[in-house]
Amino acid sequence: MNPKATKPDTAGIAIAAGLAVIAAVIWWDAGQLAQGSPYGLGPDAAPRVIAVGLAVLALANFAIAWRGRLPHREAGDLGAIVWIIGGLVALIAIIGLGGGFIPATAILFAATARAFGRRALPADLAIGFVIGVGAYLLFAKLLTLSLPMGPLERLI
Amino acid sequence: MDTFAQLLAGLSIAVSPHNLLFALAGVLLGTAVGVLPGIGPALTVALLLPVTYKLDPAGSLIMFAGIYYGGMYGGSTTAILINTPGESASMATALEGNKMAKAGRGGPALATSAIGSFVAGTIATLGLTFLAPTLVEIAVQFGPEDYFALMCVAFVTVSATFGDSPVRGLTSLFIGLALGLVGIDKLTGQARLGFGMPELLDGVEITTLAVGLFAVGEALYVASRRHHAPEQVEPVRGSLWMSLDDWRRSWKPWLRGTFLGFPIGALPAGGAEIPTFLSYAIERRLSKHPEEFGKGAIEGVAGPEAANNASAAGTLVPLLTLGLPTSATAAMMLAGFQQYGLNPGPLLFADHPQLVWGLIASLYIANVMLLVLNLPLVGVWVRLLAIPQPWLYAGILVFATMGTIAAKPSVMELAMLTVFGLMGYLMRRFDYPIAPVVVGIILGPVAEAQLRRALSISLGDPMVLVESPISATLLGIAALALIAPFVLKGLDRFRAQED
Repeated sequence: MNPKATKPDTAGIAIAAGLAVIAAVIWWDAGQLAQGSPYGLGPDAAPRVIAVGLAVLALANFAIAWRGRLPHREAGDLGAIVWIIGGLVALIAIIGLGGGFIPATAILFAATARAFGRRALPADLAIGFVIGVGAYLLFAKLLTLSLPMGPLERLI
Repeated sequence: MDTFAQLLAGLSIAVSPHNLLFALAGVLLGTAVGVLPGIGPALTVALLLPVTYKLDPAGSLIMFAGIYYGGMYGGSTTAILINTPGESASMATALEGNKMAKAGRGGPALATSAIGSFVAGTIATLGLTFLAPTLVEIAVQFGPEDYFALMCVAFVTVSATFGDSPVRGLTSLFIGLALGLVGIDKLTGQARLGFGMPELLDGVEITTLAVGLFAVGEALYVASRRHHAPEQVEPVRGSLWMSLDDWRRSWKPWLRGTFLGFPIGALPAGGAEIPTFLSYAIERRLSKHPEEFGKGAIEGVAGPEAANNASAAGTLVPLLTLGLPTSATAAMMLAGFQQYGLNPGPLLFADHPQLVWGLIASLYIANVMLLVLNLPLVGVWVRLLAIPQPWLYAGILVFATMGTIAAKPSVMELAMLTVFGLMGYLMRRFDYPIAPVVVGIILGPVAEAQLRRALSISLGDPMVLVESPISATLLGIAALALIAPFVLKGLDRFRAQED
């Protein structure tokens, strides 16, 4: 942790703004609810309390960010994050389009390994594929979990 | 003697081959993840929740408890041999343990931590065995308003002790509480924060949130900060056996560590870090060889190691008797109970005595297993550190996505996993603690339900919250714990890290 006193902290202000938006959305949503029982608390009570709490915390976070007191960690290697998120998005796309669990797993495995500095994409794809087949056999066949099916999974 | 009878009945359940197998799987997995830096027991239980929901509850919960205990043993190995604590509860161990390993006394360091963990784990499990029924007797008298007040204590202490800023801890907690709102309100059947999406009506899956925050978030964070050189693994040199002098210097720290770890672990948000550092400080002060501290004093390994194992057992006291998680791993275990429709608390002891006592009895067995697994087989565990990091994290992500999609077959769930992963990364980067989010989403709905029940019994009179002496006291403690950190900034020294 590197507490750098950069004044005012933009990331911290963005976080505070995000919290304020969430608080506003919760408050608005609570207003949409019909009252429940005649006694006690309706369904909107807890959301309103939480919305007020978040609004107060947004202010507190803003104050801390404004004075530059946010412990900041360096941004690090954003390329690695792009690789992992890309792998997850590819996994979602393949499963969403009916490509099945095994190819999706292979791509996520290879993309994550790449994010951690491996430069052997074909080899990692192959390892990911083998892990995908193994996991499919163990969890879908043996433990009867339902995993996404694609052309390959129907063959097994 | 009633407790003895129940413990014996539990023992007969725990020694069934089926449950022994689960206990063994748990301690093996727990030791493995404890040894691997960056992967803690909370993450492991989170990853296993989706793939175990079809298994039998007793077996799975025995396995989760084994993972918890195993993680505490395994973490010390890494702390001693590579100075990178496998989990934060072992940070104090690394201080002296790594120095001992560098001085060629790695064997005795590992031995005193394994035997100390065993002694502490066993004594603390005894404490759990005899304290739990007493607490249950008190807890049955709790009305809904008392439970609500208890949740308030947990909310405040969890967010004020995890991380090093109460504001950031409370922010994490409220994000968790907000996520807990999503879905259909059970009393009126209205959708809250559903935004017209049918996937959100069931609420946010706790496992998706936890796996996203712990597994995906950790992978993103570690990947982005990968440039550090790999740590040097110290080979285990010298005999594994402790000399007579080592024994003489270890046994008192073990006992002192136990008596620090168990009660502090049992307090709301006590965690494992405060007792381990307290134990380190006390041993340093009491030692007859203060000059050795900083160069590898065996007391500095024995005390904290006993304290962290004792605190794991201590954490199970409020978890089992009150349904109150006081550490990230306990929060995941609570989610584990909930996925089988079980609610820890006094009723669990009445309705499922065989499950609770089977679980408690299996803890004694897990401790014996861990002693055997850790001492002679330490070389095997060290080899785990040779797994290349890219494959390790790639495997974790594959397992995380598989568990998520298996629990709820919808692409939407994977999208939420990705979003929670990014949230976990940002929280790590800007130093917001993770555990309060998980505690918030689990306990938030429970607290709301108890409060509404209390107020509908009292016909809407809010005075019920202060008329019950238990509730009034607990709310007072919560208010005090909320205000104290802002008043007493000097307490910052003992802020805990997450486990």
